[in-house]
Amino acid sequence: MSEKLHISGAEAVIRCLLAEGVDLIYGYPGGAIMPVYDELYKFQDQLNHVLTRHEQGATHAAQGYARTSGKVGVAVATSGPGATNLITGIADAQIDSTPLVCITGQVAAHLLGSDAFQETDIIGISTPVTKWNYQITRAEEIPEIMAKAFYIARSGRPGPVLIDITKDAQFATFDYSYKKCTGVRSYRAVPKLDQAQVEAAAAAINGAKKPLIVWGQGVILGEAEAAFKAFVEKTQIPAVWTILGLSALETDHPLNKGMVGMHGNYAPNLLTQECDVLIAIGMRFDDRVTGRLDAYAKQAKVVHLEIDPAEINKNVHADYPVLANCKESLEALTPLIETKKLDTWMARFDELYAKEYEAVIEKDLKPSKEGLTMGEVMVEINKASKSDAVIVTDVGQHQMVACRYASFVRSKSNVTSGGLGTMGFALPAAIGAKMGAPDRHVVAVIGDGGYQMTIQELGTIFQTGVGVKIVVLNNNFLGMVRQWQQLFFDKRYASTEMTNPDFVTIAKGYHIPAKKVTDREDLAGAVEEMLATEGPYFLEVVVEKEDNVFPMIPTGASLTEIRLN
Amino acid sequence: MSTELTRYTISIYSENNVGLLNRISAIFLKRHINIESLTTSLSEIPDVFRFVIVVIVTEPQVQKLVQQIEKQVDVIKAFYHTDEETIFLETALYKVKTNFLFEERQIQNYIKESHASIVTVAPEYFVIEKTGFRHETDKLREQLAPFGLLQFVRSGRISVSKAPMGISEILNSFKENLT
Ligand SMILES: Cc1ncc(C[n+]2csc(CCOP(=O)(O)OP(=O)(O)O)c2C)c(N)n1
Repeated sequence: MSEKLHISGAEAVIRCLLAEGVDLIYGYPGGAIMPVYDELYKFQDQLNHVLTRHEQGATHAAQGYARTSGKVGVAVATSGPGATNLITGIADAQIDSTPLVCITGQVAAHLLGSDAFQETDIIGISTPVTKWNYQITRAEEIPEIMAKAFYIARSGRPGPVLIDITKDAQFATFDYSYKKCTGVRSYRAVPKLDQAQVEAAAAAINGAKKPLIVWGQGVILGEAEAAFKAFVEKTQIPAVWTILGLSALETDHPLNKGMVGMHGNYAPNLLTQECDVLIAIGMRFDDRVTGRLDAYAKQAKVVHLEIDPAEINKNVHADYPVLANCKESLEALTPLIETKKLDTWMARFDELYAKEYEAVIEKDLKPSKEGLTMGEVMVEINKASKSDAVIVTDVGQHQMVACRYASFVRSKSNVTSGGLGTMGFALPAAIGAKMGAPDRHVVAVIGDGGYQMTIQELGTIFQTGVGVKIVVLNNNFLGMVRQWQQLFFDKRYASTEMTNPDFVTIAKGYHIPAKKVTDREDLAGAVEEMLATEGPYFLEVVVEKEDNVFPMIPTGASLTEIRLN
Repeated sequence: MSTELTRYTISIYSENNVGLLNRISAIFLKRHINIESLTTSLSEIPDVFRFVIVVIVTEPQVQKLVQQIEKQVDVIKAFYHTDEETIFLETALYKVKTNFLFEERQIQNYIKESHASIVTVAPEYFVIEKTGFRHETDKLREQLAPFGLLQFVRSGRISVSKAPMGISEILNSFKENLT
């Protein structure tokens, strides 16, 4: 682009965003970022700014947007408290590899270090939770740094980048021109695929008798869904997912055998301990997945397809690492793999599923007791949406239940806070998720606890009219913590019972149509009505107070110790 | 792989950016690992900075540290070495009252024996410099302590590896990054 303009730093920020194809940002104004907001006003026909009700909401909304659209999410805040309020969302994006560019205002350069009003060392604070960050003190730096920020956020293993801009740099004028960033000399975004690694991995997989695929979000971030499906179908190897890998392969696929981890399915967890070759694809062996590490899949040779060299051997030793974008490595690997007949091995999955069905799933989905279960709510959402909704979850029991029972036919449909487990994530993330996928149903499934952590974002929903469907599964408890108190602390329910407000009245205060369901017979109709309603909708479902989520692998236990009750 | 605590020298080639030191030290902080010493300087390559960090950890730990360091956008390359694989030194300065230099023969002997040198002599104090291994600078400190050291300071380790670092090849591969 050979645009030559003499403009302010603030206008340059907006032009850089436009040059990166950004048409939607989330944020909250304040003193140190006002020059940028003034320019936003002038560019409002090209760049839509969504005013969230808290800066944390801006980052989560940007995350939701990034997760469903595959684009970089942008959040803007002022210095000091505005900037620190972004941190939870940034940390969440860092651990879940979500591409974000966060822009914060800063006090004028000559005031740095003087404890000026609303000065905070946001570079220092955000360093451990960003992929990269940078403080701009001169307007001339803006185009190059903004270009670099977008490149770094989206390339390789994505992540959040924070750019802090002093107020004087926003005011100063300079000759602006923009050039997209195509590389940074010290940074190799994607390792070069090594054919020898591919061949070694292929030989290991071909020699396997009881192979197991565990896939994670890398498949989605690498846009490798088709390559992944081709690999799974060619190899005929059973495949199981981490919570962030969910929806990369449709739920009904015969080789999709469910979820691994603390509240994952019985067969995937137990058979991790029996497989002879474990093929990990775009996943990072989080402790919620592995349970006790020194007892994890010890019998198996591990093939690890991964884009981030720092993940190799971090938690689990990789016998056959393959470093590259997993789309590339899968496409190289598939032609080298022989199709397997694994009938006896496959039968083990069915056998263990039957056990889990009897002990857990049937009670969750077709309860015979009076109280509603979270599982049956998911069944109704699946039905009414034809398994094609984006499901956004918060953190807790409802999250585990939703991920276990939601069914999907499309990728990028599961938005949840996995690595950080951030309560309060779902409501703002759902706003972004809907804006990133405006033609889809977006259903936020939230606990009564987490809902109240960012409930103020109802204001954003009302103001923008964004068609988010909110389902609060109300058990009047911080359910997941209560479950642990019941199982491991002799039912001493310390500070987990909630006295809740009238959620329907609150939603109505924001002019959002709202309903409360307490009886099973009203559930299906209410979910249908919710999805049929134009625009936002709030549905509270009162569920059984003291239900527990099973299966469960207690913290520090090995996968073999998985409990069905 | 050795799970014994060992002293490792981590060498980092990087861009020279404000904040990178913070980003690198955060990697140690996050893992509750203490840094024994840290030096930053120019490297043999113009525009490329070098960190030398000494830590006492196990080999799996140092490997993961180096992986995390290398992952940082502004880091070009990081290595780790044991003491046997590097040539390393530290420099120490010792400030002592000048009258001892003339009144205590022993001080002159210590300086001679340890191959230290006198950097400056002022009316009130004089300064000894000693470059060498940790145990050598420690020994001289113990010897001088009875005379009342006015000041003692020791630099972080500087180190070069015995094996080549291959930085020029790495620099060439930068060019691929910039396509
Ligand atoms: C910000 C934050 N604070 C605390 C926690 C710890 N925590 C994990 S789950 C949970 C309970 C969640 O309760 P609720 O939102 O009602 O959902 P439920 O488990 O009942 O479905 C808590 C407190 C957390 N994950 N995030």
